[in-house]
Amino acid sequence: MDLQGKTALSGIKVKLHDMSLRDGMHAKQHQISLDEMVSIATALDEAGMPLIEVTHGDGLGGSSLNYGFPAHTDEEYLSAVIPKMKNAKISALQLPGIGTLDHLRMAKDVGVSCIRVATHCTEADVSEQHIGMSAKMEMDTVGFLMMAHMVSPEKILEQAKLMEHYGANCIYMTDSAGYMLPAEVTEKIGLLRSELNANTEIGFHGHHNLAMGIANSLAAIEAGAARIDGSVAGLGAGAGNTPLEVFVAVLDRMGVESGVDLYKIMDVAEDRVVPIMDQPIRLDRDALTLGYAGVYSSFLLFAKRAEAKYGIQARDILVELGRRGTVGGQEDMIEDLALTMAKEKGLI
Amino acid sequence: MSKKLNAVIIGPGNIGTDLLMKMKRSEWIEPVWMVGIDPDSEGLKRAREMGIKTTAEGVDGVLPHVLDDDIRIAFDATSAYVHAENSRKLNEKGVIMIDLTPAAIGPFCVPPVNLKEHTTDLKMNVNMVTCGGQATIPMVAAVSRVQPVEYGEIVATVSSRSVGPGTRQNIDEFTRTTSGAVEKVGGAKKGKAIIIINPAEPPLIMRDTIHCLTEGEPDIEAITQSVHDMVADVQKYVPGYKLVNGPIFDGRKVSVFMEVEGLGDFLPKYAGNLDIMTAAGLRTAEMIAEEVAAGNTHLPERGE
Repeated sequence: MDLQGKTALSGIKVKLHDMSLRDGMHAKQHQISLDEMVSIATALDEAGMPLIEVTHGDGLGGSSLNYGFPAHTDEEYLSAVIPKMKNAKISALQLPGIGTLDHLRMAKDVGVSCIRVATHCTEADVSEQHIGMSAKMEMDTVGFLMMAHMVSPEKILEQAKLMEHYGANCIYMTDSAGYMLPAEVTEKIGLLRSELNANTEIGFHGHHNLAMGIANSLAAIEAGAARIDGSVAGLGAGAGNTPLEVFVAVLDRMGVESGVDLYKIMDVAEDRVVPIMDQPIRLDRDALTLGYAGVYSSFLLFAKRAEAKYGIQARDILVELGRRGTVGGQEDMIEDLALTMAKEKGLI
Repeated sequence: MSKKLNAVIIGPGNIGTDLLMKMKRSEWIEPVWMVGIDPDSEGLKRAREMGIKTTAEGVDGVLPHVLDDDIRIAFDATSAYVHAENSRKLNEKGVIMIDLTPAAIGPFCVPPVNLKEHTTDLKMNVNMVTCGGQATIPMVAAVSRVQPVEYGEIVATVSSRSVGPGTRQNIDEFTRTTSGAVEKVGGAKKGKAIIIINPAEPPLIMRDTIHCLTEGEPDIEAITQSVHDMVADVQKYVPGYKLVNGPIFDGRKVSVFMEVEGLGDFLPKYAGNLDIMTAAGLRTAEMIAEEVAAGNTHLPERGE
């Protein structure tokens, strides 16, 4: 039976990058156990996933009262997973201002192959040290521009060029809020593809807050992206990332080569990832609000906790955070704002 | 003899100019020289217009005038890379260095917490930590003076416009210097610092969150009082230092949410992060001058 239709993308190769053990840490409040990490990572490796990210949700050094203390250190997670990998490479996320060069050296020492240096989409110039060192250590070095819906394609290009200049061999356009619709992805990825060096890869990282994870990722591939992030069973911040088992099925149908075995990744999702979820990863009203208002996805659980504690609706908090132009990492604003709103309403 | 101490400012950028404007109002410190490296710089021009002597020859340009002009205090608002050399040259001439860079070769100084130690036992170089450190360490200290703090963490959120190229090129230095001072000056057994840069327009006013984990149950009443007292102490030199929310207690976690609005002298009001540095630097120099005038401490002997 030939399920594949002929499409414009037939025969194209794309590299998938799993986020369940990094972005998924947000949804798990950074409490994934070492056994769960190893179990999921080895099954993903077995399914042919080429790249798997393993880090605190907020990257190397993210362990904090502000973002949450993890069950184990980055070093413990990485050291447990990396020796078990047969083919998959392990990446680590790093946000300058949170993680430091010392963290990068540690990651290199324990065998991380790929470093992804993430900044807000207008602040690429804080990444020079970290991208520079990663490239110098001859790691697969990715510049990761977050909250890319907030600025124009030209601004994204300007910032991408800085990261490319610092030594990144791959640039990601990241929809951290799950706000983008496919036309925006096409325009932004298309401009990066036409203007960056031909040997610089382009990547896309989506969130599913408007259920656009699959559609946006396809738009990205059509516009020239060679790497796509997603998460098995969607385990990630907000309504999760592009669900990878679904995406692999879609790619199979379209004739795009991902190298990932569909049935095996379906089984990883069903048998290993869904059972560890603390709550279903779904588009509830608060996750939908993230996408609708353009708010950083990992704010979701913080806003829900503030609602429970101070009696202010999470949706109201998230909309106000969007109005104020908050960026990734400003989790401390959530309790602060909830307190201020509760005072104004006479609740405390 | 005038009680005022004469000063030189090195670095005619945003920080140096803001510092100069504040110093013009000081009863204790007299700005005499502004040092730059570019003869055409706007900063040197502004300083000349304000009646200050200038040199574009770097620190070497002012060294011959140190004794004649009786320069006693220097403020370095350049970068960590050149600070050590600037400090060495001026210290040799008996000039006390107040370091506004993150070089941190001298002891950390956060005025309401430990200024007194540095002025009674006068140091030749004191370091003003970082903007985030000046804004948050008083709050960590406000908790740790009530009961031991196992862990102190600060999150500084600043507007993109207020973060210069020096900080951007070496953002790790902010993280490292600030977390070190959260421990050494704030009194936390372990410290952590996070900086977030936000590009929103209009620019956001500097925000700071301070979390502490106390050893044992926090003494809610005493900590709340201590935090309010410390806010009042900082407000003496930074009037826009504001407690927005907190202290909030959650188990052993104590959280304080601050906002820092600047005076808007040269830097816009949103840049409270830069303002708190210049105000703290000047406050330190003034305290030295006051202690000298009171005979509690003595200025260093002049070198050759």
